[in-house]
Amino acid sequence: MLTQEQTLRFVFKPLLLLACLAPFLHLAAGAAGLGGMSLGANPVESVLHGLGKWGLNFLLVTLCITPLRQITGWVHWMRFRRMLGLTAFFYLLGHFAFYLVVDRGLDLRVLAEDVIARPYITVGLAGLLLLVPLAATSTRASMRRLGRRWQALHRLVYPAAILGCVHYYWQVKADVREPLVYFTVLGALLGWRWWKHRQRLSRAAPAGRSRQIRFLPSLAAARGQQDGRQDERATRGRPRGHRLAQ
Amino acid sequence: MLIKPAPDIRPSEITPERVYLSRRRFLQSLTAAGLAGGLAGIADAQTVMGVSVIRELDYHPNPRYSTDEAKNTLEEVTGYNNFYEFGTDKGDPARYAGRLRTRPWSVAIEGEAEDTGVFDLEDILAPHTLEERIYRLRCVEAWSMVIPWIGFPLGDLIRRFRPTSRAKYVQFTTLLDPKQMPGQRYPVLDWPYAEGLRMDEAMHPLAILAVGLYGKVMPNQNGAPIRLVVPWKYGFKSIKSIVSIRFTEQRPRSSWERSAPREYGFYANVNPEVDHPRWSQKTERRIGAGSFWEPRQPTRMFNGYADQVASLYSGMDLARNF
Ligand code: HEM
Repeated sequence: MLTQEQTLRFVFKPLLLLACLAPFLHLAAGAAGLGGMSLGANPVESVLHGLGKWGLNFLLVTLCITPLRQITGWVHWMRFRRMLGLTAFFYLLGHFAFYLVVDRGLDLRVLAEDVIARPYITVGLAGLLLLVPLAATSTRASMRRLGRRWQALHRLVYPAAILGCVHYYWQVKADVREPLVYFTVLGALLGWRWWKHRQRLSRAAPAGRSRQIRFLPSLAAARGQQDGRQDERATRGRPRGHRLAQ
Repeated sequence: MLIKPAPDIRPSEITPERVYLSRRRFLQSLTAAGLAGGLAGIADAQTVMGVSVIRELDYHPNPRYSTDEAKNTLEEVTGYNNFYEFGTDKGDPARYAGRLRTRPWSVAIEGEAEDTGVFDLEDILAPHTLEERIYRLRCVEAWSMVIPWIGFPLGDLIRRFRPTSRAKYVQFTTLLDPKQMPGQRYPVLDWPYAEGLRMDEAMHPLAILAVGLYGKVMPNQNGAPIRLVVPWKYGFKSIKSIVSIRFTEQRPRSSWERSAPREYGFYANVNPEVDHPRWSQKTERRIGAGSFWEPRQPTRMFNGYADQVASLYSGMDLARNF
């Protein structure tokens, strides 16, 4: 029998990796014409849109991890977060590179013009740039080195996801139904966090006890310096902190 | 769906031996193809009614108004469409246009003309001879195709109904029937789709009413049974599945103009110098499965038809009248 650790490492993670690669392989198979697949009449658009769409999909799936952990209480969800986030980043980097190299023939003047004159490109690029430092600091070593600041830095994923959805909304011609679905999902994910945050504050600081608010995060941070699971530990630490404070 | 397996009907398979027919038989073919619907429908139609169905049209090529650029394949022309009445995905028209019944079909001729009324499509078409025009089509979304249309000059039809001196514009309207056109169940646009031309634009010999393409009856997803083709304007001006042609004194407002007046003007002439507010119109991507590494190509003024149509707009500020 596999231990839970082995199951995670040798079963779940490889399966997840496969799932992360699947849309890419699907596009590649279409481009290669495998098994009668094709990218349709406008292959450049199919790839460009496919990479953008899956990048955004993975970004939102990444944002599901924390709520999933909080709802199910299963902490090991966090083990999948980095792979999902990096997948989102690589799809979006590919989306950008494909736009620049294949669609626009590496014409930097066109890029500059698009970035300046086309708000949907401007916000898309802003979103992608916000993700760069997150991808660069995704290693365990970076987490340790940055400590509490790692989590603060990685909150950039929220504006990045908002910009990504705005980018999508602004480039459709008239039918905004699908971008609105993305906004709804994103709204739910961010709303959940806001609600949790409010809950924490009110549990920690019943009216007029603002000292505890200052006290608690540092306690939480002290307890969970390592490997990005700070806020999990913080949650567990909190009721005790509350008692302590009284 | 992004990636579709190649359809099992290849254009080569559905192109039968060339048979040239009388107009009467063309009309029969309209009936059968219309009932079965769509590209697949044309192929199915052979057995649908237990009769052998004639799919070829009787037409003559018109090289004078045709480009010799490489044509897009039938598969591309019928599989990648903007026809929001069937959905906003490029594949939706091919998927759902089979629901459209193109027979019987009537067209109302209305407004400022001596002869108005509701006419059966057969009566509309009867006096016209069909010709093939191989035109470039430039979509406002910055892609383009080359399509061999079968049709006749719009001007010839207009003259028959003798518009009065008050007729300054022509307004066209698409069928409104959410049962046949499922995309109309959601107000992406203000249905029914409407378009318009100035009278001199409508009378221009390049403007045609098309009833077929690639020598065959118009596939439903391309605007069966009768549609407009105005090759020097963005594709959305070329309204599909027309049920009404109205002569007006006031300039009609087109559907896209109503939906976003800053982005889509009444004229919608192809113009590389006037960008869409959200994207550039300087270049275009020619559709084609082999186009993966093909660079975009520069868009030409009036879609390359400037010699023929530029005089229609002399003295007009095309940046303001976009
Ligand atoms: C957070 C970063 C980004 C996200 C989440 C994102 C996502 C998307 C999505 C979902 C689409 C629509 C796909 C569809 O319609 O199916 C799209 C389209 C597009 N994106 Fe991005 N994108 C991002 C960054 C960028 C960047 C940096 C560029 C280029 C500088 C770019 C250029 C484009 C272009 C050219 C289109 C196609 C527009 C059209 O077809 O008219 N995107 N993107």
